[in-house]
Amino acid sequence: MAPQTDAAACDVAVIGGGIVGLGIAWELLRSGRSVTLIDPAPAEGATFAAAGMLAPVSELHYQEEDLLELTLESAGLWPGFAAALGPDAGYLPTPTLALGADAADRRALADLREVQLAHGLGVEPLTVREARAQEPLVGPGISGAFAIAEDHQVDPRRAARAILAVLGASDEASVVRRSAAGLVHSDAGDLDSAVTGVLLDDGTVLAAGEVVVANGLAAAALEGLPSRARLPLRPVYGDILRLRVPAHLDPLLTATVRGLVRGLPVYLVPRADGTVVIGATQREDGSSAVSAGGVYQLLRDAQVLVPAVAELELLECTARARPGTPDNAPLLGRVATAGGEADVPGVVIATGFFRHGVLLTPAAALICRQLIDGIADTRWTRFRPDRFSPATAKEA
Amino acid sequence: MAGNDPFVIDGVALESRLIMGTGGAPSLDGLGAALLASGTELTTVAMRRYSPEVGGSLFQLLLDSGIRVLPNTAGCFTAREAVMTAELAREALETDWVKLEVIADEHTLLPDAVELVDATERLVNKGFKVFAYTNDDPVLARRLEQLGAVAVMPLGAPIGTGLGILNPHNIELIVSRAEVPVVLDAGIGTASDAALAMELGCDAVLLATAVTRAQDPVMMAEAFKHAVAAGRLASKAGRIPRREHALASSSMEGRPDL
Repeated sequence: MAPQTDAAACDVAVIGGGIVGLGIAWELLRSGRSVTLIDPAPAEGATFAAAGMLAPVSELHYQEEDLLELTLESAGLWPGFAAALGPDAGYLPTPTLALGADAADRRALADLREVQLAHGLGVEPLTVREARAQEPLVGPGISGAFAIAEDHQVDPRRAARAILAVLGASDEASVVRRSAAGLVHSDAGDLDSAVTGVLLDDGTVLAAGEVVVANGLAAAALEGLPSRARLPLRPVYGDILRLRVPAHLDPLLTATVRGLVRGLPVYLVPRADGTVVIGATQREDGSSAVSAGGVYQLLRDAQVLVPAVAELELLECTARARPGTPDNAPLLGRVATAGGEADVPGVVIATGFFRHGVLLTPAAALICRQLIDGIADTRWTRFRPDRFSPATAKEA
Repeated sequence: MAGNDPFVIDGVALESRLIMGTGGAPSLDGLGAALLASGTELTTVAMRRYSPEVGGSLFQLLLDSGIRVLPNTAGCFTAREAVMTAELAREALETDWVKLEVIADEHTLLPDAVELVDATERLVNKGFKVFAYTNDDPVLARRLEQLGAVAVMPLGAPIGTGLGILNPHNIELIVSRAEVPVVLDAGIGTASDAALAMELGCDAVLLATAVTRAQDPVMMAEAFKHAVAAGRLASKAGRIPRREHALASSSMEGRPDL
């Protein structure tokens, strides 16, 4: 029942223009393909909020070692990814300092360090005086500090703008500012038949050789997803602040400072433009508005680590939803047919990046390119989007 | 095992005497696995932190696992907020049960006794079944019971501290005078704390952080399952008195006289 109005066909259509979708579109463009990116408001979702910490070491959590291989891979790809994008990418090799506020926070960081060391990650204990020699505006009352040299940062808004500019400048790329309503199949009655294009919200069909589904939380609501692509996404809201450092306090910090304050995580990311990003809460209360309690908690805890935060100018309070999954790992790869005998042709899923969308963008882009090139890297099959939808016996 | 020893509360019989909280879990899958390993049949959820409206969320997980939900009023500082939160929960989850938590300040998270009493009366008048989270104060616990709470839930130590049971004597006193179930709530750090609570005569134990923030939450949940069952058995088995002097476990009689 596909409507007839066809836009120009392209090699790959990417649904979703957050940092992940943008990164994938740019990677596929660089592979010599024509690309169409579909998003009513590119880079205005979670990408707009994200602090952009590239922090596989300090983001490591107990029992999430599976994810570590992917986050480390992607962190390793970021410098080259940013360099290819040019100086506007907003990438900075800022080191990270992890701080504990009270004695229990220090012990929690020290316990985690055992796991980090077991994985060969670099986490060096500093004395409080050593940490404050590096960052004199860190408060003297902290309980402990760990230097993490390999956790860096990128400004996701700048990176997204830079990729959009590249796409805009290329004859082989276009950006369609509309919502995708669904996937179009070669056999309209068979969700596991080849995907041949995207149905837009105005009824237009955009024909594509391959479709990449990278529109975050909205992915689950697309019509025509393969039968085993029931995407278990849920919104995990985050509040995040942007502040300007007055001249007399500049630089507030030279490293990204993150820590635990009475058990609650908080981070401060210094930007090249003299602003600081303070984040982030995790809320599942269903509210997309900025939470007053969340802002209070962030400012309260940030001031414990860096008292001079009270002197900053509060520029912006933002709340966005992260696309969470049950195991905190992305939904990335092709989807098997109902019987599990083959993958549904013409479609790749790339969503559910939760807290790690910015960090995982280069890896997601590369993995999508490889899948479309016909290369399957078995290291990443554990992130296949069909892992939550068991195979069913094919109907007779 | 204590197969025929159900925990009955408000007429509902539960096999497990371990009530779980959900705060602090790193992932939904991890939480689900820990709840399963704990054997819990009743789990408390902060209504201010989780929306029942959101699909694929914690509530779906509990529904799928067949675990009963005990909504709580965590984050409320006044009786008014607590009553409004309880009403929201009743409407959304269609349960009269509420774990009433009215805290005094964000540093200690200790209950505010005056607001707690006020909120208990208001909620009981509105037909709620109030599970009152309270200080380890025998007088206050008794008062809450008289005002109609269906369970009193004294803390072992402040929320999230893992300090264990700081005043076992008070817990024992609360248990000895209570006619409603007593649930040791908050402060549990490790399995022996939960076993002690049961040995002191508590009817059940409620904990969250000790499992959700453990390095291996599933293993810790299983440890608590065993600890609660062990403590319950010990409390009913009749422990020996404490003695100053040794008493050989085998009698001295019948030894050869050399």
